[in-house]
Amino acid sequence: MASKALKSKITNAAIFITLFAIAVFCLAPFVFLFVSSFKPGAEMIRNGITFKLDINNMNLNNYKLLLEGRDGIYLYWYRNSLVITFLGTVLSLFFTSLVGYGLAIYDFKGRNFLFILILIVMVIPIEILILPLYKLSISLKLIDTYWGAVLPFAVSPFAVFFFRQYSIKLPRELLDAGRIDGCTEIGIYFRIMAPLMLPAFGAMTILQAMNYWNSFVWPLIVLRSNNMLTLPIGLQSLITPYGNNYDLLLSGAVVSVFPIMIIFLLNQKAFIEGLTVGGVKG
Amino acid sequence: MTNNRTGAVIPQKKHRKFAFRRQKIAPYIFVMPFIISFLIFFLYPIINTVIMSFQEILGPEDITFVGFRNYKSMVNEHFGNAIWVTTRYTFWTIFVLVPVPIIVAVFLNRKNMKGRNFFRSSFFMPALTSVIVAGLFFRLAFGEQDTTLVNMILGLFGIPKRAWLHQRNTAMLVMVVLCTWRWLGVNVVYFLSGLQNIPVEQYESASIDGANEWQKLMRITVPGLKPVIVYVVTISVYGGYAMFSESYILFGARSPGDIGLTLVGLIYQKGFFENNFGVGSALGITLLGIVMIVNLIQLTLTGFFKKESE
Repeated sequence: MASKALKSKITNAAIFITLFAIAVFCLAPFVFLFVSSFKPGAEMIRNGITFKLDINNMNLNNYKLLLEGRDGIYLYWYRNSLVITFLGTVLSLFFTSLVGYGLAIYDFKGRNFLFILILIVMVIPIEILILPLYKLSISLKLIDTYWGAVLPFAVSPFAVFFFRQYSIKLPRELLDAGRIDGCTEIGIYFRIMAPLMLPAFGAMTILQAMNYWNSFVWPLIVLRSNNMLTLPIGLQSLITPYGNNYDLLLSGAVVSVFPIMIIFLLNQKAFIEGLTVGGVKG
Repeated sequence: MTNNRTGAVIPQKKHRKFAFRRQKIAPYIFVMPFIISFLIFFLYPIINTVIMSFQEILGPEDITFVGFRNYKSMVNEHFGNAIWVTTRYTFWTIFVLVPVPIIVAVFLNRKNMKGRNFFRSSFFMPALTSVIVAGLFFRLAFGEQDTTLVNMILGLFGIPKRAWLHQRNTAMLVMVVLCTWRWLGVNVVYFLSGLQNIPVEQYESASIDGANEWQKLMRITVPGLKPVIVYVVTISVYGGYAMFSESYILFGARSPGDIGLTLVGLIYQKGFFENNFGVGSALGITLLGIVMIVNLIQLTLTGFFKKESE
């Protein structure tokens, strides 16, 4: 019996060490990026990201560049990211919750057909449509605007799906109660049902905000002038064949991660809920 | 209360009829945002790209119908490279990002596992980063200098330094490692939630029958996780074939010898460097076809359709 207990102790230790090693793999890049962001950019070109550490050579210059470098372009990028994230999240929550709720609550002609359309949009990579969408954005005068960055993907099929899954569980009795009280159907949604969906809104806010904050392919195409870029696109523009501006790039990357990291640490459950309910249990 | 409510409705038959009609119309108002967005930002572009794939577009007014010429001229060395890179990338990401997260999830799900929440959060953190942050790290950590993180670690084991981002196989390795780093935690979360749906009794009765851990994993856990596995493989096929940003940041839009060229990267090149929307659209339609076929094969193999028809 003693040997069996010992064996299970060893197994547990081995598993713990494996998981710990994976955790190091996951977290180390954050640490190295953070440390490197205090090194001069020339040092990055010479040594890459490295274990070498020369405290005397480290300073806050890269962070000063965020405010002053290139006429403060980084602040423009930050503002654009904030605006697009806010606008995109609000629009997308408003629209997708309406659609998801409508699909879950009402039985109407064409519902199944709509449902199939949503699934189709879900499984077709949007990257396939970048050229026609670019052309369309030109005719709709959406190029280089906040609306252009936000509108084409505001009605995300994943978010619709998520709100549908959540709405199915709403108590139907409230629907009749609202009708008897003389509420319109839209009124019932805004006054009675939407407040009940607050947890779903919470989870989706975080997930959508993260998507807009990090979104890359579409903003790369629709945003053209330097002071309209978002953080990922602006930072990416610093990588050029003629030499990379690692000083601004590193501090800029570190500061761009902060908002999401803080929200995640404050509310991990919402992140994980948003991910799993929409996907697996569907 | 109840009297009050019914009292308000019964006297007005007209109102009631109106309300009934409203209930018929209301659902369409709710789903209207999707319908509008679908028509403008999905159906129209798809039709448009199908049409463009048969056209040569030299200017807004200068458009000629060229039949299948775009599809013929699309097939060249770069197209072959792009398909090869994209397919290999998709294969390797699935090869790593299904079994590894399953095992990690099983480990995390063990009774009395110490530090479960810490591990789960740490694994998830990389998913919060944008592709530029992840790309920046791996670009610099896999640099060719002998001082870079990876070359230094391998140097300890006497492995000579390499120019990771300049060779075909190691470039692929960097892309797969980057993808693993970013998405491992997300897949772990999926599999963890799948594990909660497997009844504990199955494991208990297997223990009584004397099954070892490996047998339990293969006979109970993996079959029990099948819906999640199908889901993860499906989104990985989607993500793999649509890959663009990672290679764009690691290798730029044009990589030497196409070592980082993906299909979407090729569409981007055709559209925005060569201004050739015709061939770009033909590539888009081809990619659409590939994704559909791969997913169909995958879903058939995993018995997804069989379950539906039964």
